[in-house]
Amino acid sequence: MVDVSEELIASLKQKAVTLRKHIIRMTHNAQSGHPGGSMSAADIVTALYFHVLRVDPKNPTWPDRDRFVLSKGHACPVWYAALAERGFFPVEELLTFRKLNSRLQGHPELGTTPGVENAAGAEGQGLSFSVGLALAARMDHKPWRVYCILGDGEQDVGQTWEAAMASSKYGLDNLTAFIDRNGIQQEGRTEDIMPLEPLAEKWEAFNWHVLTIDGHDFRQILAAIEEAHRTKGRPTAVISRTVKGKGVSFMENKIKYHGAATSDDELKLALAELEAQEAAI
Amino acid sequence: MTAGPWKMESQRSYFGKALIELGRRNPNVVVVGTDTTESIKTIDFGKSFPDRFFQLGIAEPNMISVAAGLAAAGKIAFAATYSVFGSAHTYNVIRQNVAYTNLNVKIFCSHAGLTVGPDGATHQMNEDIALMRGIPRMTVLVPADGPETAKCVDAAAAMKGPVYCRFSRTNVPTITSPEDDFAIGRARVMRDGSDVTLIGCGLMVARCLEAADSLKRAGIKARVINLSTVKPLDTATIDRAARETGGIVTAEEHTVVHGIGAAVASAIAANHPAPIAMVGVQDVFGESGEAEELLRKYGLTAEMIVDGAHDVMKRRDRK
Repeated sequence: MVDVSEELIASLKQKAVTLRKHIIRMTHNAQSGHPGGSMSAADIVTALYFHVLRVDPKNPTWPDRDRFVLSKGHACPVWYAALAERGFFPVEELLTFRKLNSRLQGHPELGTTPGVENAAGAEGQGLSFSVGLALAARMDHKPWRVYCILGDGEQDVGQTWEAAMASSKYGLDNLTAFIDRNGIQQEGRTEDIMPLEPLAEKWEAFNWHVLTIDGHDFRQILAAIEEAHRTKGRPTAVISRTVKGKGVSFMENKIKYHGAATSDDELKLALAELEAQEAAI
Repeated sequence: MTAGPWKMESQRSYFGKALIELGRRNPNVVVVGTDTTESIKTIDFGKSFPDRFFQLGIAEPNMISVAAGLAAAGKIAFAATYSVFGSAHTYNVIRQNVAYTNLNVKIFCSHAGLTVGPDGATHQMNEDIALMRGIPRMTVLVPADGPETAKCVDAAAAMKGPVYCRFSRTNVPTITSPEDDFAIGRARVMRDGSDVTLIGCGLMVARCLEAADSLKRAGIKARVINLSTVKPLDTATIDRAARETGGIVTAEEHTVVHGIGAAVASAIAANHPAPIAMVGVQDVFGESGEAEELLRKYGLTAEMIVDGAHDVMKRRDRK
């Protein structure tokens, strides 16, 4: 376990609640989008953007920045929220999400949104894209690292495993993949739609260094990243056990909130719950 | 293949050599491949620049996305394989990771069209031009011969954004010279004429030249245009041909559905409607056979181009 201060953990917790409030507001305002999978990934994204990633909001295309790739593109509300809170663009812009002429498209678009590093929406392409980035960093002897978040539904996609093979073939120890293991995809439980278990053993069989953590525990998230940095000659997969819709009781583990926004009444309840959590930190 | 007066040469060899020369000049060029690297001649780049070459196995979607990632980090990434794998199996990856992102990925595919030969319909990609020209931001190139294939490599690397370039497995007649001008977006008039226009791409340009010779013997002056860029289309050259000759025959080793015939027809319909005949694969799959046998059986011959020319002239004059 990494030695991190109580203050750091508290500030990350605060930030994660802030991101979840943005996610709820953005998807409610758009009356569409994918809150459930955005909220399950919120703690990992918070740890990366507010403690780990070397990025410069004033210079989003700084060549030596770390790269964050969101393979599960439908979870972009959490990415946009993190980028806005990190200063890549104004927080007020978040409410343009999914609206005409917005820089915040329904799924990530490269080149439009400051800080966005890849286009995603069709599942299963992000890890391959990350492999290309990681190969380029190594070729140029650059220290920057690549972090990719994949959904667990994306483990259905053949290309994910093509990328897994290529990553270990080239021993990409500058690449870390988080698998947001919330157990739910669009039409149901992952184990009903297409059973994934034993998932850790699958990644191990593909010659990855594999860790399994609670994806809502900042100490475990930061420890996993540390271990990934220490691991040489192999990429690291962090299977992160998460809860879809994490943070709002009536949304947690509900298939419905994969791709449905809250109603006006639900919005109030959700924000009240999150504010109570914020006050308790 | 019948060659007229021309030397028969491999586009793949020109491609492989051009890639190495480009690699020597530009250290930013990288190449990815998928278990077809020997056949498509990228393996030679790999021998010259082992650190800039990645063999990714039989995994074309991954190859395209890896190329996109390399390009996103500032590389000029060439992804090369057979056209059926490189354009069809990868379509949505190209769309989302290469074109939507507008990255410097250059997809170069050999084994396009019927002349793949005995491998049969699974390998005879007659729909790739249609697929690729429908994607926004994509540049689509079809070099007529070896020297043009080499020029496509340099021109693709020099421009910003995604490129798809397709060429043949079989040796094709060399009808251009290394000294000839080449620019993406410019159709080249290979022969002037005022009675009818023959517009071809790839190995069908040579057949257009043969057809023009045959029409000349009948007193018909045919203009021949080499349409080596399918997108962006050189509408000025095509409009002028429609206006000045009043009839067009297109010839492509590709389906007539959404191929160059369709592209030319759309262009002239907007400005100078003229009768058009399309020589190409008539919305069917191919089969096993030798290259030349297949071209004959599926009507991709100089004779069919001549027939098309008579047909459009008849329709034009009936007006």
